Amino acid sequence: MNAGPLDSAFLERAPVQLRDLLCGYVPEAVRPAAEALITMVAVLAVFGLLFAYLTLAERKILGRIQNRPGPNRTGPRGVLQPFADAIKMLTKEDIVPRAADRLLHFLAPVVLVAFSLVTFAVIPFGRQLVAIDLDAGVLYFFAAGASTELAIFMAGWASNNKYALLAAMRALAQLISYELPLLLAVVPVIMVAGTLSPQGIVLAQAGWNFGVLPHWNLFTPWGLAGFCIFLVAALAESNRSPFDLPEAESELIAGHLTEYSGFKYALFFMAEYFGMCALNSLGVTLFLGGWQAPCAFLSFIPSYAWFGLKLLSLLVVFIWIRATLPRLRMDQLMRLAWKFLVPLALLNLGVVAFWQLTAGWSAPLQLVRWAASLSFIIVPFVLLGRKLSAGLGPRVYRYAAS
Amino acid sequence: MNFAFSVIAFLILATAAAAMCLRQLVHVALLLVVTWFAIAAFYLWAGAEFVAFAQILIYAGAISMVVLFAVLLTRQAPLSPSLTPAHPGRVVAALSLGGAVAGTMGYAILRTPLAPASAAGPVVSVRELGMELMGSPLAAVLIVGVILTAALIGAVVIAASPGTTKEEESS
Amino acid sequence: MLGSGILQGLAVTAKNFFGSFHDPARFVTTQYPEERTTLPEAYRNFPFLVAENAEDPLGTLRCVACQICEKECPPQCIYIEKSKDKKPDATGKLQLYPAVFDIDISTCMSCQICVEVCPFDAIKMDQVFETATNERFNALLLHKQNLAKPNQYFHRIHPSDAAEVDARLLAERKAAEEKARIAAAAKAAVPPKAPPSAVAPTTPSSPGPAPSTDPKGLPPSSPS
Repeated sequence: MNAGPLDSAFLERAPVQLRDLLCGYVPEAVRPAAEALITMVAVLAVFGLLFAYLTLAERKILGRIQNRPGPNRTGPRGVLQPFADAIKMLTKEDIVPRAADRLLHFLAPVVLVAFSLVTFAVIPFGRQLVAIDLDAGVLYFFAAGASTELAIFMAGWASNNKYALLAAMRALAQLISYELPLLLAVVPVIMVAGTLSPQGIVLAQAGWNFGVLPHWNLFTPWGLAGFCIFLVAALAESNRSPFDLPEAESELIAGHLTEYSGFKYALFFMAEYFGMCALNSLGVTLFLGGWQAPCAFLSFIPSYAWFGLKLLSLLVVFIWIRATLPRLRMDQLMRLAWKFLVPLALLNLGVVAFWQLTAGWSAPLQLVRWAASLSFIIVPFVLLGRKLSAGLGPRVYRYAAS
Repeated sequence: MNFAFSVIAFLILATAAAAMCLRQLVHVALLLVVTWFAIAAFYLWAGAEFVAFAQILIYAGAISMVVLFAVLLTRQAPLSPSLTPAHPGRVVAALSLGGAVAGTMGYAILRTPLAPASAAGPVVSVRELGMELMGSPLAAVLIVGVILTAALIGAVVIAASPGTTKEEESS
Repeated sequence: MLGSGILQGLAVTAKNFFGSFHDPARFVTTQYPEERTTLPEAYRNFPFLVAENAEDPLGTLRCVACQICEKECPPQCIYIEKSKDKKPDATGKLQLYPAVFDIDISTCMSCQICVEVCPFDAIKMDQVFETATNERFNALLLHKQNLAKPNQYFHRIHPSDAAEVDARLLAERKAAEEKARIAAAAKAAVPPKAPPSAVAPTTPSSPGPAPSTDPKGLPPSSPS
């Protein structure tokens, strides 16, 4: 652990000290349970508010990109919009189709939100802010994430609506296809860090070259490739545009959510946003150095502030991508996953193996190391891209003679 | 016996038994998922974190999908099969075979000496697991990997091969 | 290279985002009701009655209750009751006026047919659209008081139309005055020509002098 002046800075210690202060009022025997409870409440509160204002930020950023202001009537500049939305969702009638499977229909959003929230337990939000420091934390994260797919199937099946079922199957196919590039992009990070614990992975990215160049995984050839693959796969895993076919209104009404109304609908959206935040948090942890500062002299800013800043920038990138790209069709989606991302991720594994084996090379050979790694990533990317988009050139428009 | 262990064991057995009794195949599949989660809970109770998460990831994340796709994409039997068996001999055969299997397994379980209660299990970290896997069973692990890759590529090739199957299916 | 198009697209959206804060071309929303767009001159919504005078709008309506607009209105949303007496209009001529003139704006479809058929330029199209009320029926039935608006208002909302109408009405009035003057001059010139006693009483069917446009409309008195 990086002990020293940074650990004992007041702002850095503040959350943990607050928790210990509150636990001090509780008898000794119940203290671990109280600690866990306070941690859970804190995570829920922070990410609940983040979810609420993320919906507002999304609408306003999308609006500004589309030359309009976004919601600006509820409260000054629209800051009360999430609460207005919450009240609307809560007061809507909860309709359950008569032929629907009531238990599964009720359980699906609950299970989805539960597993999405459970993934936050292993993410290191700060130097001492990990809910559970598991040895196999990354595996736990993906296990919980895989369980959310079941809930989508349950939603589609329980609605007793053939379109909802079809959409649920398509959503499932999309999710399991993109799990493979997601996991394969994460394997190089684990190889280099030598541990599955997220806190350990963050600590393995500590330090700076000359005090300004951080050792984040993003600034290595394999890390850059891995991060790009991870970003695309995370977009697909959280059903975000351009991979939001499962919930596109123009395609299948609302896909597996068709028969849901009111608060259950809100729960589905909450689960989608929580999943997005969780995957972005993991991306920050694995590739962007987690709670580490980018320069040595900026380390006085508390670690959780850096984590929050990086998480918010990744979320803004997601919103930016949503505003820019059109939706992918199902077959285009699958092609991208299986024919493009998976081979590149496998090649990335080879590159990282080469990188690890040549770690001890002397200074001038380091240039060779970088050049070889970069070429092994860029050349296959370009070639594969060319091959896969071979017949799909720019469209030739033939107009009628005027 | 430990209270947590008995709760987990009851959950496993109850969900497995309920899964065997239900009519709707999708409900059966979902109850099996609960069984697998309960088995993962058992692994966690026993201190094997890696195996527990691997169990969830593989069973609830992948095998459940396979089961559900298989259930939904294949034609289903009529939803209310009759409760009375076709032939009384079948009941006798079922009971005797089932009883024989249960008896053998019960005998084997009861005859196995349990470890003394005070012995703590080994705390195995993921790193040690990895080193073990790359030690003596290395050849087996590599062969399994090759087989899985071959199966994956074969499945992709079969799925991607164009159509004589389609015409046969539609006739 | 694959992905270059995506990056260009991201650059365009980023330019839009940052431009929306300082460049009006990239922020085209009109924040109604604080800001309003200028309506084009030909914009029309519901009709109104033109009055010559701003001080006495109900008394100086151009409408003479001919009921042509009531008959021509496709959804039949106009209801007119003629008055029992006559009042002099802008030229001094005695005309009927509408005692009741109601338009149901929940039915009116703003087709402008009433404007097109009115021979007196008495009903024109208004531009109000903020006519939402809390009542369903009564408040959406506009009476003469709500509909009468002065000619200055017409000039303000449809300047070129109002100018054209005014010019035409002025020209008509001038032509009518011209005719009256010629007729009066002709009538004044006639009596010296007619001989007082040379005409025998047995020529009753002699066509008299040029017919006068005496306001009373009576035929010229035959010489007795």
